[in-house]
Amino acid sequence: MVSPILELTNINKSFGHVQANKNINLKINKGTIHGIIGENGAGKSTLMSIVFGLYQANSGSIKINGKEINLRSPRDSIINGIGMVHQHFMLVENFTVLENIILGFEGETVFGEKLQKAKEDLEKLCQTYNFNIDLDATISDLSVGFRQRVEILKSLYRGAEILILDEPTGVLTPQEVDELFKILRSLKDEGKTIVLITHKLIEIMDLTSEVSVMRQGEMVGHTKTEDTSKEQLAEMMVGRSVLLRVDKKEIKKGETIFKVNNLSVKDDLDVTRVKDVNLEICSGEILGIAGVTGNGQTELLEALSGIRKVESGNIELFGEKISDQNNFLNPRMLKEKGLAHVPEDRQRMGLISDFKAHENLIFGYHDQEPYSKSAILNNKEITEYSNKVMQEYDVRPNSPNLITSNFSGGNQQKIILSRELNENPKVLLVGQPTRGVDIGAIEFIHQRLIDMRDKGAAILLASVELDEILSLSDRIIVMFDGKIVGEKENKNVTDRELGLLMAGVA
Amino acid sequence: MEFLSDIASLINSTLRISTPLVFAAMAGIFAERSGVIDFSLEGKMLMAAFVAAVGSYYLGNPWLGLLLAIIVCVCLSMLHGFASVTHKGDQVVSCVAINILIIGLTTALAAAWFGQAGLTPTLNEDQRFLEIHLPFADALRDIPVIGTLYSDILSGHYVFVYLAYLSVPLVFWIVFKTSFGLRLRAVGENPSAVDTAGINVFTMRYKALAINGVLIAFAGAHLSTAVNANFFREMSAGRGYLALAAMIFGKWHPKTALIACLLFGFTDALQIRLQGVELPAIGEIPVQLIQALPYILTVVLLAGFVGKAIAPNAIGQPYIKER
Repeated sequence: MVSPILELTNINKSFGHVQANKNINLKINKGTIHGIIGENGAGKSTLMSIVFGLYQANSGSIKINGKEINLRSPRDSIINGIGMVHQHFMLVENFTVLENIILGFEGETVFGEKLQKAKEDLEKLCQTYNFNIDLDATISDLSVGFRQRVEILKSLYRGAEILILDEPTGVLTPQEVDELFKILRSLKDEGKTIVLITHKLIEIMDLTSEVSVMRQGEMVGHTKTEDTSKEQLAEMMVGRSVLLRVDKKEIKKGETIFKVNNLSVKDDLDVTRVKDVNLEICSGEILGIAGVTGNGQTELLEALSGIRKVESGNIELFGEKISDQNNFLNPRMLKEKGLAHVPEDRQRMGLISDFKAHENLIFGYHDQEPYSKSAILNNKEITEYSNKVMQEYDVRPNSPNLITSNFSGGNQQKIILSRELNENPKVLLVGQPTRGVDIGAIEFIHQRLIDMRDKGAAILLASVELDEILSLSDRIIVMFDGKIVGEKENKNVTDRELGLLMAGVA
Repeated sequence: MEFLSDIASLINSTLRISTPLVFAAMAGIFAERSGVIDFSLEGKMLMAAFVAAVGSYYLGNPWLGLLLAIIVCVCLSMLHGFASVTHKGDQVVSCVAINILIIGLTTALAAAWFGQAGLTPTLNEDQRFLEIHLPFADALRDIPVIGTLYSDILSGHYVFVYLAYLSVPLVFWIVFKTSFGLRLRAVGENPSAVDTAGINVFTMRYKALAINGVLIAFAGAHLSTAVNANFFREMSAGRGYLALAAMIFGKWHPKTALIACLLFGFTDALQIRLQGVELPAIGEIPVQLIQALPYILTVVLLAGFVGKAIAPNAIGQPYIKER
């Protein structure tokens, strides 16, 4: 038995009082694709950042090819053949591909010969792996999929033998994911070792030969992928058994209550991001908006919820025109008409993270009885209500006086949901309800949305997670470049079909 | 003929007046391209003027005065770095603190050492820089055009004037043609990308600030040991801020920043020329209004005509690696 290419022993790391990694042991064998799976905040990224030299462990040892090494900075890791593709790409947007790749490894003080040589070497690498990247293109002109390839190319050029990818598929269309997996498999065949960090079970089953599971900063299991199943892995991740499928009753469609006619919306930079969009939602129906991030979903939701100006077109609620370019209702008036909004970016728009949980739980309704009377807050009433609702929504820890930012992503989302759903809205706009939310909470949130639908609400769900769209929606529209490029009843639709639409090809 | 010599002398003074602006703008480019706001150009220029004048007076050699000014300015830049890079303080606050400190410090030290608040003794010819007359300047003066160009415009400047205009292509070359420049630009755009490329973000920013200190020292020394022969109170007179405006107006690029500096220098030269002159149909323009011209121009240009100046992406943000 050869020694593993990468071996971690008793790694510990804490940030302040939070221990992100506890006594982690991990062995990764050469020439394999090794998955590391765990919920958000389980410590996967921290662990790999330690391997990449970005963070320094408080204790523990790292061996590469059986030799103990001391990683003080990413430079040490790169020299030892470790490359990492981060979740948020580490690229300078106004630099060219070439400039980004040679950064830090220029090999000469004044650009000249070595730059030419680097270019030739890179062109060869591109040909070998079929990358099809223009080295002189500026990063900001490239699609997300291409940027990721630049990151991979960067690691390869720097001589990576071990390539770590942190949640690489989060921003890709299914087709781009296929391409990526093809590249990763061919890298494996060349003898490179791949470490895939993900929270998506399906990717683990598809691609890896071995998998390690993390939970709350600890390594809770290692197994060969062929010996396990999705259900088993999910259970290891969460620590209890979870339901991976959503139970959904047959749709009981009511009349159309929300209608959008020829809507166009501009963003802050005055670029038209939503182009002539038409849609309608019936009561008792979930309409899913699929699309790659940045194709106008954000601006559409903002316009519908009254926080962004309508450029042209109009919005109807119960047959009454509520917004057009001249006048629009603000979020408060919309709330009174029965429209609720769970914003995409909960840190920025859904919550005030420095406030206590009970304050966020009633925010927006704080001036209404029973929470306040003649402009004075009724703290007793608020606390009572908070205790009740936090129990009902299973918010952990169940302490209304805790500062909101101390809750996990999933629990913060539950706080928002409880606030918006408790008013029994007729129309519910939901953006990315499970982004950064752990599996256990996802199950809960999905169930709540289904309950609302069954109670007769019209729900608009925008999500970049195709699985979520497919499992919740009754009808699906796909947005690309601000336009609706396809609409399908959610019956026998495959993620491939949607993927083609999302990429703007079909 | 008189018209031509008027133009020549206007260009001549434009070059001279723009000199401290050019040094300061180049200094600003290094700091801000690395992601560190430098409002303290003004204070550092003032300090350099003071130190250069005092150093030259005691050491008897303006070059030694300049050297001292460089050392002090680099120290001030390091102080700014210590507050805002190492300790992640607010960069603007750090700059304002430096500026206020220096206004008081120069006045107080001058009072303590020379008995006059904010004034240093006049330097004699050995203690200051003199105008450089290029070879054959006198002989060529009478040749039309070439003579004017060579003898009246190019010749007869202080050494700093030549150095300032030589510094521009040098800065361009460093920023865009060397690996240091690539890293410098990257660290101001996306420090995380630099960090993951195995380069220390903090070291890069300190290096950029050190160069910034060297360049700004030249601007100060030009004021107190070349165009003037002593230091006086608040003699930088807003040139540091003007240079900063020129740099932003020039979109953090040495070539366009140079053009902006020359434009400011030209309006300043023009206002000196226009004082007391009767303009046809308008009559005499009040001095105060003319003196305000460069500043009005700054506001107008920055407010509307330049279009959106896109700053380095990470400017003003301390780099925080661990959450």
